[in-house]
Amino acid sequence: MAEAVANGLLAGAAYALVALGLTLVYGVLHIVNFAHGALLTLAMFAAWGLHAAFGLDPYLAILPMAAGFMALGYGLQRWVIGPASHGDDGNTLLVTLGLSIVIENALLALFRSDTRTLGADSGFDVVELGPMLLSRPRLIGFGVSLLAAALLWAVLSATDTGKAIRAVAKEKLGAQLCGIDPRHVYAVTFGLGCACLAVAACLLLPTFYVNPRVGNAFVLVAFTIVVLGGMGSIPGALVGGLFVGVVESLGGLLLGESLGQLGIFVIFILVLLLRPTGLFGARA
Amino acid sequence: MLEVKGLRAGYGPVEVLRGLDMAVSAGEIVAVLGANGVGKTTLNKVLSGVVPARAGEIRFDGARLDGMDPAAIVEAGLIHVPEGRRIFPNMNVRENLEFGSYRRARRRRASNLERVFETFPRLRERARQAAGTLSGGEQQMLAIGRGMMAEPRLLILDEPSLGLSPLLVEEMFALILRLNAGGLPILLVEQNVVQSLEIASRGFILENGTFAMSGPAAALRDDPELRRVYLGL
Ligand SMILES: Nc1ncnc2c1ncn2[C@@H]1O[C@H](COP(=O)(O)OP(=O)(O)OP(=O)(O)O)[C@@H](O)[C@H]1O
Ligand SMILES: [Mg+2]
Repeated sequence: MAEAVANGLLAGAAYALVALGLTLVYGVLHIVNFAHGALLTLAMFAAWGLHAAFGLDPYLAILPMAAGFMALGYGLQRWVIGPASHGDDGNTLLVTLGLSIVIENALLALFRSDTRTLGADSGFDVVELGPMLLSRPRLIGFGVSLLAAALLWAVLSATDTGKAIRAVAKEKLGAQLCGIDPRHVYAVTFGLGCACLAVAACLLLPTFYVNPRVGNAFVLVAFTIVVLGGMGSIPGALVGGLFVGVVESLGGLLLGESLGQLGIFVIFILVLLLRPTGLFGARA
Repeated sequence: MLEVKGLRAGYGPVEVLRGLDMAVSAGEIVAVLGANGVGKTTLNKVLSGVVPARAGEIRFDGARLDGMDPAAIVEAGLIHVPEGRRIFPNMNVRENLEFGSYRRARRRRASNLERVFETFPRLRERARQAAGTLSGGEQQMLAIGRGMMAEPRLLILDEPSLGLSPLLVEEMFALILRLNAGGLPILLVEQNVVQSLEIASRGFILENGTFAMSGPAAALRDDPELRRVYLGL
């Protein structure tokens, strides 16, 4: 039981990171990014490719991958999603949806629907912690996820750009009249969201497979977490992610592997019924 | 200082401003008056680059402003304190003021902050309070203080007296006079016709997308047509 909870927390950290990117973009741009899953898939392929081509360890790839995806996200929002949606939120949804279709199909064309793994057995390393056996890559993933979340928090609360992001999120016109350029802020935010995905991809790769649809499973859970934690709330995404990891793990223990995710959706519906703004959401 | 010629703007198929000509000279207060929904705020937004001009010219110190983005216009020193204050509710008073110097006068942030606190002692007392929890009057002070942080070369005030009690309205107009006494030119957009024309040197009356009347404030104050339409006298 304790082991299931611990393993749930470790798995939840990756969910939290994916949810963090989603909730950040929602909280600032006020759009649901439908390309989030496809971008996660792309990041996993990129990390896999770096390993396959150059033997780069996924953990060492974290920083370059985060930087690369930050730049990719910036460019996508600044020069593709932003201009194509003409400031209309409905258009933005369609543009991100279109983007996800393009990415998925490009990956399908390049890699077919085969499933790949790193092929290293380090994915099964375990660490003994008292009476518990915990997966080493998941333990690392947990630590790095918390670190990434803390870093994101620090950027948002202490840097000039982070403050500008929070200003635009709440009061766009006011920010514009202070000389802040929302196009730049939106692009940085989208870039940070993509960087979260890149880190998550590097952490998932040692224990997970890669195929052109792999991101969607995570993003479905991440949507649940974002609503659970409160749309746009960063602590909400973090706590929600860990919580959902535990629920899934316990559900798997009690109901069997295949029904493990059922618990997540039951809780999701309960939260929507009882507290529709989410655990950390602002009361309207 | 600020010159506007043949300015047109609108939203979608609707044209709100249909050819405006106006000017603000160094050191003066110019009032733009008009009924609800005639386009006063739209004019301000076009001047600050948030809404694009469809035709015409805007010059600030001789340089073209139309077509520039809002950040560049702020950088040039044309500072717009918007209708409805538009402060950052989740941040405290001090952080809000610091945003005023995000693009301009950043190096003199500390001394300008001191100057704003001297002008509005209330804001100093509440420096750490979340801006969203300030009273309406305090929020208006904060919005103006945030504008001052950028060392404006021309200040646009959009309905600064909106929602204030009569006593505070008096104080607000006194404050505008004080700001102007230091040489700051001000474009004042208001519904408060009488008080605005008392402190302004010139006025423009916006009706149906054009300036129906304009001239020295004193002349407008005594204009029988204006008194009939806007003051019901
Ligand atoms: N973003 C927008 N999209 C479409 N129409 C708009 C938009 N903003 C303003 N309008 C319309 O433009 C017209 C002028 O609005 P504006 O806010 O400039 O008026 P105003 O003179 O400032 O009024 P008030 O005194 O009530 O503040 C109104 O008919 C308004 O409905
Ligand atoms: Mg208005």
